[in-house]
Amino acid sequence: MEGELGWWGVLIAVLGGAVRVSTPYLFVALGETLTERAGRVNLGLEGTLVLGAMTAFATSVLTGSPWLGVLAAGFAGLCLGALHAVICNLPRVNDIAVGIALFVFGTGLAFYLGKDFIQPRAEMLPGLPLGDWSEIPAIQSALEISPLFLLGIALAFFLDWALRRTRWGLLLRMAGENAEAGRALGLSVPRIRLAATAAGGFLSGIGGAFLSLDYPGNWNEGLSSGQGLMAVALVIFARWNPIRCFWASLLFGGATALGPALQTVGISSGYYLFNAAPYMLTLLLLIWASSPRETLVGAPRELSISR
Amino acid sequence: MSGTDTTDAPANGRWPESLRSLLGSAGSGGLEAVLLSALALVVAFFLFGVFVTVQGHDPAAVYRTLWLGAFGTRFSIENTLTLAAPIILTAMATLIPARVGLLVIGGEGALIMGGLGAVLAGVALAGLPGLLGIAICCAAGALAGALWLAFAGALKHWRGVNETIATLLLNYIAIAIMLHLVTGPIRDLAVPIKAQSWSIPEAFRMGDIPGWSVHWGLLIGVAVVACVHVLTRHTVTGFSMAILGGNRRAAQMAGLDIGRLTLLACAVGGAAAGLAGAIEVVAVHGAASESLVVGFGYTGILVAFLARQNALAVLLVALIIGGIAASGGLLQRRFGMPDAATDLLQGMIFLCVLASNALAGRLLPGGR
Repeated sequence: MEGELGWWGVLIAVLGGAVRVSTPYLFVALGETLTERAGRVNLGLEGTLVLGAMTAFATSVLTGSPWLGVLAAGFAGLCLGALHAVICNLPRVNDIAVGIALFVFGTGLAFYLGKDFIQPRAEMLPGLPLGDWSEIPAIQSALEISPLFLLGIALAFFLDWALRRTRWGLLLRMAGENAEAGRALGLSVPRIRLAATAAGGFLSGIGGAFLSLDYPGNWNEGLSSGQGLMAVALVIFARWNPIRCFWASLLFGGATALGPALQTVGISSGYYLFNAAPYMLTLLLLIWASSPRETLVGAPRELSISR
Repeated sequence: MSGTDTTDAPANGRWPESLRSLLGSAGSGGLEAVLLSALALVVAFFLFGVFVTVQGHDPAAVYRTLWLGAFGTRFSIENTLTLAAPIILTAMATLIPARVGLLVIGGEGALIMGGLGAVLAGVALAGLPGLLGIAICCAAGALAGALWLAFAGALKHWRGVNETIATLLLNYIAIAIMLHLVTGPIRDLAVPIKAQSWSIPEAFRMGDIPGWSVHWGLLIGVAVVACVHVLTRHTVTGFSMAILGGNRRAAQMAGLDIGRLTLLACAVGGAAAGLAGAIEVVAVHGAASESLVVGFGYTGILVAFLARQNALAVLLVALIIGGIAASGGLLQRRFGMPDAATDLLQGMIFLCVLASNALAGRLLPGGR
């Protein structure tokens, strides 16, 4: 069937992939947006993503409930985020370096504890079949939407509103824009950042749950290959705006789906290079979005990464 | 600490301090630096001990095995030294850029590009005398690694692209390029079971140090460390780098060529990691393949931080971390532990080292 559709099949697969693959990007990017708007960079979300994937999968295998797995993954991410914040709250500690350490620690922990779960199959998250009106399997599978994807969209709009309109959004932004002013008002900036980083870790953990509990529903050590890292770069491209994070996630999802999509029509010679498309896209967007002169538009002022 | 500085100083005014944490206690007492790293190691080992106990292992037995696998026998010492060789070199890829205040973590990618460079040079130059061929392979690897990370340095200087994210992305891109080449354009079709590149000529294979089954790459690594030490501590360029790393504004005032220093630091660091890849090819594998991607680059980052960005300290630290890596196999066989056990321990050490920076200046009486 794929063959008959030819290049249309590639397009449908890329678009479908954009929707499917964008979910982990979206969750990590939203989490990182929260963290960075409070003035911290957590570069360790790749480790959080992997640990979340393992935790979700193991929980689903052991309890038979994928949604419990999602929750457990979020909790694991929350712990890693809190660890990042606690260490960064110490004096003379570089937040980017701590992120790298957490990346190593998170993946190491996930691979250690996840060794026993490489074989079994877990209860997967159900998909919403929004493509049943079509006769074409390619379209049906492209429109098999994960509920986490819809949750992610809702979350993007909610965070955008909450950051602008709520009291805690204001506090969080104050910690990120002008910690001095926050301190003058008697706020505990470290505590705000702890909450923001832990919440960011929670969301990233859920992104990891998608990796292991959505189709095809297995856990292995190659499950994430830098999505957590690319999502951090994506936040810069999205200018720390949750709704733009959503659009950027779709773009990255499409780029990630390109390699496998081309393979279905028999183009496999440049397979590894096509698979590297998202990394190259990230680098190009980063080059485009950065500037040597002025501070980046929309960047929280307290952020070390965007200076 | 005013928040009004423009372009170069960070908006939050925290940079000098966070940079000092990048450089470790390079400026202050050496004894304190040693104590902090030792303390971090002890705490990390303790935490790992708690972890394996929870996992149902006897921590004392685990540590005995760790020692046995790292330094307990002649075989394990040779194993440790062989692993330390590339780690020493990849540590330089983080250490040298840190001198100018950059956090570069692209050692893994530079190592892979170095390995590819060595293979291409070796295959192209078949027929040359062995020693010359080895030298050219190593030079080609170093050049490839230097260009790879200099690219990140250029992006940083001219486009303001964050060097940490850029170099991490370049790692993934390097792996993709290598896999593309060894599965297609330069694949050795005579090796059906594994996708690997053409092999370099036998004459270009680097041998072992006489009397040891440790290849010469170890001594090359030691020599590079000596050169880096001289470069960073005893030359005008090294001093300029330290000024740039300590205070960008002051470097500008002093009229230093910031672009040149940034590029140079990245290129030299990349050259060291590229050399590590070349040595892995000429001394161990004889060809490029997925075997090059074993995380030496990431281990090098940890080593650079644990050595507090001090080149000479890297030698000792690489032995310790190399020993941990070398004992992984034995831990796996004796206790049925996953191979990620040593990665986990490394991650714990990394976190403890960074946290230990908080104690800088407080550990010894009369500290800064």
